[in-house]
Amino acid sequence: MSAPVLSVQNLQTAFRVGGQWRWAIEDLSFDVAPGETVAIVGESGSGKSVTALSIMRLVSETSGRIEGRIALDGRDLLALSEDEMRKVRGNDVAMIFQEPMTSLNPVLTVGYQISEALRYHRGLDKAAAQAEALRMLEKVRIPSAKTRFGNYPHQLSGGMRQRVMIATALACKPKLLIADEPTTALDVTIQAQILELIKTLQDEEGMSVLFITHDMGVVAEIADRVVVMWKGRKLEDAASEQVFNRPVHGYTKALLAAVPKLGDMEGHGRPLRFPAIDAANGQVKGVPTLAADTVKADEAPLLEVSGLTTRFGIRGGILGRLRGRVHAVENLSFTLQRGETLALVGESGCGKSTTGRTILRLIEPTAGTVRFQGRDVTGLGKGDLLDVRRDMQMIFQDPFASLNPRKSVGAAIAEPIVVHGLAKGSDARDRVAELMRKVGLSPDMGGRFPHEFSGGQRQRLAIARALALSPKLVVADEAVSALDVSVKAQVLNLMLDLQAEFGLAYLFISHDMAVVERVSHRVAVMYLGEIVELGTREAVFADPRHPYTRKLLSAVPVPDPARRSLRRELAVDEIPSPIRALDWKAPAQALVEVAPDHFVRQAV
Amino acid sequence: MSASVHDAGPASPPRMRWLSATLGAFNANKTSWVGLVIVVAVILAAAFAPLIAPHDPLEQDILSRLQPPHENYYLGTDYFGRDILSRLLYGARISLVIGVASTVIALVIGSLIGVLAGWYGGRFDVVVMQAMDILLAFPSLILGLILVAMLGPSMENITIAIALTSIPSFARIARAPTITVKERDFIEAGRALAFSDARIMARHILPNIFPEILVMGSLWLAAAIRTEASLAFIGLGVKPPIATWGGMIREGFENILDSYWLVLAPSLAILIIVFALNILGDGLRDAIDPKLKGER
Repeated sequence: MSAPVLSVQNLQTAFRVGGQWRWAIEDLSFDVAPGETVAIVGESGSGKSVTALSIMRLVSETSGRIEGRIALDGRDLLALSEDEMRKVRGNDVAMIFQEPMTSLNPVLTVGYQISEALRYHRGLDKAAAQAEALRMLEKVRIPSAKTRFGNYPHQLSGGMRQRVMIATALACKPKLLIADEPTTALDVTIQAQILELIKTLQDEEGMSVLFITHDMGVVAEIADRVVVMWKGRKLEDAASEQVFNRPVHGYTKALLAAVPKLGDMEGHGRPLRFPAIDAANGQVKGVPTLAADTVKADEAPLLEVSGLTTRFGIRGGILGRLRGRVHAVENLSFTLQRGETLALVGESGCGKSTTGRTILRLIEPTAGTVRFQGRDVTGLGKGDLLDVRRDMQMIFQDPFASLNPRKSVGAAIAEPIVVHGLAKGSDARDRVAELMRKVGLSPDMGGRFPHEFSGGQRQRLAIARALALSPKLVVADEAVSALDVSVKAQVLNLMLDLQAEFGLAYLFISHDMAVVERVSHRVAVMYLGEIVELGTREAVFADPRHPYTRKLLSAVPVPDPARRSLRRELAVDEIPSPIRALDWKAPAQALVEVAPDHFVRQAV
Repeated sequence: MSASVHDAGPASPPRMRWLSATLGAFNANKTSWVGLVIVVAVILAAAFAPLIAPHDPLEQDILSRLQPPHENYYLGTDYFGRDILSRLLYGARISLVIGVASTVIALVIGSLIGVLAGWYGGRFDVVVMQAMDILLAFPSLILGLILVAMLGPSMENITIAIALTSIPSFARIARAPTITVKERDFIEAGRALAFSDARIMARHILPNIFPEILVMGSLWLAAAIRTEASLAFIGLGVKPPIATWGGMIREGFENILDSYWLVLAPSLAILIIVFALNILGDGLRDAIDPKLKGER
């Protein structure tokens, strides 16, 4: 093997927190060979992003300390002066970040920003830099690069911005590209495009890539070698095939067991619980069990949505006249039985969250009816609405934001019980304790405040509060998307257990196809505010009929390194916008039953 | 379960956390201690004026008119031979009572208007806030002057007039964070839990925006004291012979050329309390600044 491009030896990084030094990375060593892609994978707090910042020496000198040796082509970066280091950044090592909107300057055109890097680092004159920048935009496959050159960042979509970031990073032909969660904020079809682009560019430029991610699926798609980190330490460092097929460390095994894989559920009729994991050694305990059969198919539907439409007006001009409408939800119809989980899947802007909020009438619908337990929710007055809302609850994506920071969690869970007069005083306290035990938390934690809990615990609290009113329907809006894999598995197990115990119906809103496959009974695929495919989970995943469903499924990264050599075509298509002109008419399409209980939107 | 890995230490109630954050910010910004000490000293002096004051503030002594400061009258005497130090101490009571009362009234009514406007939005918000903007367009002294002239110069009316001049500011201050907090998930969670609008505003929005309002309260207290003194100086203050700082300056103005101390003492008193309240407000502002909060 040739000499490594990057060699990290005994890296230790500490931060000063409240006057004390805390180690964020302890004794980390790894190499990146020329042309190799190394993925650093770990959950939040594992030190994977700090590793990237340490290599770039972007850790603040006053509050951070880096020790050890970081050699780039044999040159120790930690021994360089700040001026010399500045030349290394951008020239030899480039970095792309998770959020491409914040890493681009909003008041400068993207063309200017790329040519600025070229002029600064490669000393090109203005005309040459512009020509080169244009070539870079074409290289990252931005369609009609000439017009895009003069665009400002806000005029580009998230995927386009990330392409611009990559173009900026590659402008000086770095030997090493550090990518810190570059696709986490992107939709799954766009993520597939960007991963493909990085792979292609790596072949073309022959550079090494250090790829930081929490997503095992992404790792399998891109990495030659994997470094698994946990709490600032390296647990495993091996070729992808070995890590995925023969993991050595217990934590790696647990991490892999907790990741739902698309296609895992073939032959299972019901949702499947995740295997229990021993926290002490990370060993998988027992085999995953099928969830109990909870669906009450013979009863009248709990929720009947028909023709639901939600539009938002866009006003513009001096007089504030109506210019167009966002067709967030268009003519949506579905039913939900007691004890059933219906998943609404789709990419950002498809209207899945608006649907959930409209059903609870947190947003007023434009047309259509929502019948809950036989009662039309859309026509209710304020008092009756408050009544119905008790039986419908919601769990949000960000559990920290959904808890009042100035209320103790016990008080937050007790509040709905007391306000609705379900219990008082010590009875209410007993009920809170019972709810906290139900979601796997100790009742003595009731006096603490939301910021004192971890992300997974907060989501458990949010679930406990939602259950306080004994609802029959829970709308879970991306409820597990912000959680680490292992925590995500636990919270999903909890949701399955609660469904079995209380006969809850879930409207499970998610963009994550693998999670949806694992927990849902039926699936509705949404695209531009409409359901394009609706059917049992088995039918939709095993036999997707609508082209969009197929595209969505093929874009999901699968944690299987054997697929790494598979190349998709370098697509650049965007998710279209649901903004329409005032006189827009929906094309004549309807859901057609193509198989029993399997509907696809087709022209009629 | 690994979810308990992040177990935090024992919890402290929110009031204590707020207090310790405030003290921490005060220590980071030492001048806020100066502000706090001066404000507390002035409050104590006003409260115990009958015990501390060397003379009766209303007692006239024709034989010792317009005396410069000496050991009998530490700050001298005025045109009627009244002790300036005693009048200053009693005057502090008027300033503080009117200042605090008008600020509290303005804070309560203004925050109410601001929270309601921010929460309901739409036409209600537009109409209410336009009305506030019109009030805000008047210089507070002119507005206070008109109101006192209409109502008559009694202590209650002056308090009401000053309160009315600062209600728009509090409404503005309360409205902006209400709109921000309203968009947060825990408010939507409250709506999903079928809480009434009143409950969400009182229990969930207000506690989250109250620190910001309180900081503005301490800054507006200084402004209210200044307005009260200005009104008294123009002659629309509490009626003589009751001692007020603004009234003392007005009375001393006629003899300012040969008896400078008549004006100097009350002017300095106003300057010191306004200055102290302003730096105290700055300290409080630092205390609630989220950037400093992270450094707990």
